[in-house]
Amino acid sequence: MPDRTLPRFEVVGHSETKVDAYALVTGKPVFVEDSDIAGSLHIAFLTSPHPHARIVEIDTSRAEALPGVVLILTHENTPTRRYTTAGQGYPEPSPYDARMFDSRVRFVGDRVAAVAAETLEIARAAVRLIDVRYEMLPAVLSIDAALAVGAPVIHDEDDATGIHDAARNTVSVVKVDVGDIEAGFAGSATVVETVCETQYAQHAPIEPHVVQGYLDNDGRLVLVSSTQVPFHARRIVSMVLDLPLYRVRVIKPRIGGGFGVKQEILLEDVVGLVTMRTGRPSLAVLSRPEEFYASRTRHPMRVRVKLGAGDDGVLHSVDMEVISNTGAYGSHALTVMSNVGSKTLPLYNKAPNVRFDGKTVYTNMPVGGAYRGYGATQGYFALETAMDELAGELGMDPVELRRRNHIQVGETSPIFEAIGEGKAGVEQTVKSCELEQCIDIGAERIGWDAKRGARRRDGSWAHGVGMSIHMQGSGIADVDMAAATIKMNDDGSFNLLIGATDLGTGSDTILGQIAAEVLGVPLVKIVVYSSDTDMTPFDTGAYASSTTYVSGNAVRLAAEQVRDQILEVASAMLDEEAASLRIGSERVTVATGESVTLEDVGLRALYATDQVQIGATASYVGAESPPPFLASFAEVAVDTETGQVKIIEYVAVADCGVPINPAAAEGQVEGAVANGIGYALTEEMLISDHGRVRNPTFFDYKIPAAPDLPRIQAILVDSYEPTGPMGAKSIAEIGINAPMPTIANAIYDAVGVRLRTTPFTPERVLDALEGIQQNG
Amino acid sequence: MKPTIALTINGIQRSVETELGETLLEVLRREGMKSVKLGCDTGDCGACAVLLDGSAVNSCMVLAVAADGKDVDTVEGLEHDGHLHPMQQAMVDAGAVQCGFCTPGILVSGIDLLSHNPDPTEDEVKEALGGNLCRCTGYVKQVDAILATARLQAGETDA
Repeated sequence: MPDRTLPRFEVVGHSETKVDAYALVTGKPVFVEDSDIAGSLHIAFLTSPHPHARIVEIDTSRAEALPGVVLILTHENTPTRRYTTAGQGYPEPSPYDARMFDSRVRFVGDRVAAVAAETLEIARAAVRLIDVRYEMLPAVLSIDAALAVGAPVIHDEDDATGIHDAARNTVSVVKVDVGDIEAGFAGSATVVETVCETQYAQHAPIEPHVVQGYLDNDGRLVLVSSTQVPFHARRIVSMVLDLPLYRVRVIKPRIGGGFGVKQEILLEDVVGLVTMRTGRPSLAVLSRPEEFYASRTRHPMRVRVKLGAGDDGVLHSVDMEVISNTGAYGSHALTVMSNVGSKTLPLYNKAPNVRFDGKTVYTNMPVGGAYRGYGATQGYFALETAMDELAGELGMDPVELRRRNHIQVGETSPIFEAIGEGKAGVEQTVKSCELEQCIDIGAERIGWDAKRGARRRDGSWAHGVGMSIHMQGSGIADVDMAAATIKMNDDGSFNLLIGATDLGTGSDTILGQIAAEVLGVPLVKIVVYSSDTDMTPFDTGAYASSTTYVSGNAVRLAAEQVRDQILEVASAMLDEEAASLRIGSERVTVATGESVTLEDVGLRALYATDQVQIGATASYVGAESPPPFLASFAEVAVDTETGQVKIIEYVAVADCGVPINPAAAEGQVEGAVANGIGYALTEEMLISDHGRVRNPTFFDYKIPAAPDLPRIQAILVDSYEPTGPMGAKSIAEIGINAPMPTIANAIYDAVGVRLRTTPFTPERVLDALEGIQQNG
Repeated sequence: MKPTIALTINGIQRSVETELGETLLEVLRREGMKSVKLGCDTGDCGACAVLLDGSAVNSCMVLAVAADGKDVDTVEGLEHDGHLHPMQQAMVDAGAVQCGFCTPGILVSGIDLLSHNPDPTEDEVKEALGGNLCRCTGYVKQVDAILATARLQAGETDA
């Protein structure tokens, strides 16, 4: 680690108790569905059974006749404006290709109608009474079918906007060419090329999407939503329903996990319209099967990576080609595909020649969306598989190959500027990178030197170790904006109002810690409230690993302004210049030892002299997006008789700058790795020949349970990011990118086969092993 | 006719009217026990776990009428005299609560485990949580919290 002294903190850097822990651990009614709103209607959906069809006739008369049915919405009685369900910065880089309800359905699960009724049972019964006559259209059920000459066109409507080439089912294209890629390969001693295919996977938050709507006493629409993006939800609902924005309020209570799928406006529009039309409260909750087939997924991709290096292992050329399948709608289509390159290629900045060629296509399949890792996950699988292959070709230790090529402090990459989010990126120089430390610790913990290549056998079980390295970002530079408001109370406590959206990550707590640190109070004196479009300042929301860095900096700035106001009041009380005063331990102190309490300051400001509300609102937009880094190591055992893969040990060592709350930061890494292990080994949405999701339950779509996982070792190294709040970078996403390549590389070490199609089910592993035997 | 059942919920006897085919989960939530969560409705996620006559069950898989005359304990009943149950406190202290949606079910499974196995191994704790899905944590700190509770209840000090 570089020679420097890290600042000392009182509140930051400590694993403070989460501010919502008490309510959550006692089961208080803090989630959307926990508030019983009297007279609320229940909403159920009719979804398409066909992958591609035109609705010729829709007859709701039998359903309407059912007692208890209040309102039925279809394409015939709802707004027709096209929009994107993606909750992104405005104007969104996703195409406006969706309607609330359309006369054309584009995937099995597409919305056909919604019924609002007195009970959920009645609503569901009414759904079954809606008669729909469809005219079948030819369906596109793979990437290759989408790109075939003469393929059916999925979005030929003339009112969609933002599609790159609708006639060719191509949503978006990104091409970047730095240096001379072919000359780089020609000058390389070794060239490897690999093609990886990743599967449909779902976020599976244990709380599904849920929205409760009602009208307040002034007739304004209030939506209590399990959302990561309350401000985007307000804007999109206002646009789709043609309501003035000031007539809509979105409240985010506690959220039962999101992982990106709640960055999507899936229910707010329908709940809003039902409540506006009926004047009654209404509730919509996705069932677990609907969560799988009708919400959003991780984009399946085909990623080709070609690497060329000299004898010394230093990369000359890195070539990446991506085809992403966004399904029926282009939600996050461009930006997820862009991130496949933008979050991976800068890691290996030693290569002077870099090419990225990305494309996203429509199919009549489930819809992709934002999912923790956001394209980097798919990109790192291919890149880190290729790096392992390159190490093999060079006869070099894979750890050493990474050491020779990864980015370092003071360095940059042309990719930072070349690929942004729907526009050019932002040039930046890395100011903190402790990847070397991460690699050292991880290699030692896993026992790399002793285990790699040892091919240890234990009966039919073959053991191996694998590794990979990663970077992500901290918010979207020059796009994501966050604001925070702090006001002081008469007892020396503070209210922190933030638009930032804690969806279970602990962000309310760590943002409170940042405020407490600046204001010199314990965390308990910061009353944190998030997020409510009426009450809290703007924040783009919880995505892109933005909260700790972007929202954290906004909180820091607001707290600094409040601190200065406090010092000014205390200066008058103590008859000392503000510059000579120090805040801490809930007091303002002069060098001589004389002091006033914050309560004294609060009482004076609110009640006594020169009365004023001490408070401030500050905003922050990241001028850059400092990457967190991670080195990942695993030991696996592969049963050569059954193909089963067991994770024996997993070590993830991360550099997230100063962890504001180490337990929370570790928890982010542990949870992301667990999710990534599921993605690598068991999680796969199986799609039938008819485009139907065959396994939309937790019984058939296997997410890891406790017995399926090793004790995940999450280690945070000492680091300090100079542009971060108290030296912090964000950490929530990076861990999920690591298991798939790490495990694939470990399987190779164990049994000598490369798995390039995911997940690594026993069937796939066994097929690969038998392939070796046949070929050998 | 709507059946009426007798339930003792967290030690308080109640007479509860139910709909035909209604599950224990639905009845408990209607009775205000909002710690009981609906995560899947197929008995796969454990978010709705409660203690039925002292044993953990998925309340979405139990017909309300089948619980007639039985004791039901939910997380609402864990606090005593303003003090958290030791396992609740251990969850808080370990940083085991992220979104918290699965936490009540995890507590129910953990308490069920310690009631018949007061000194479990780490693997036994993981096995006991096998029916509780958590998407946030990776289970590390939840397992730690249950082990810490076992040590505390055995009278050992963790220090």
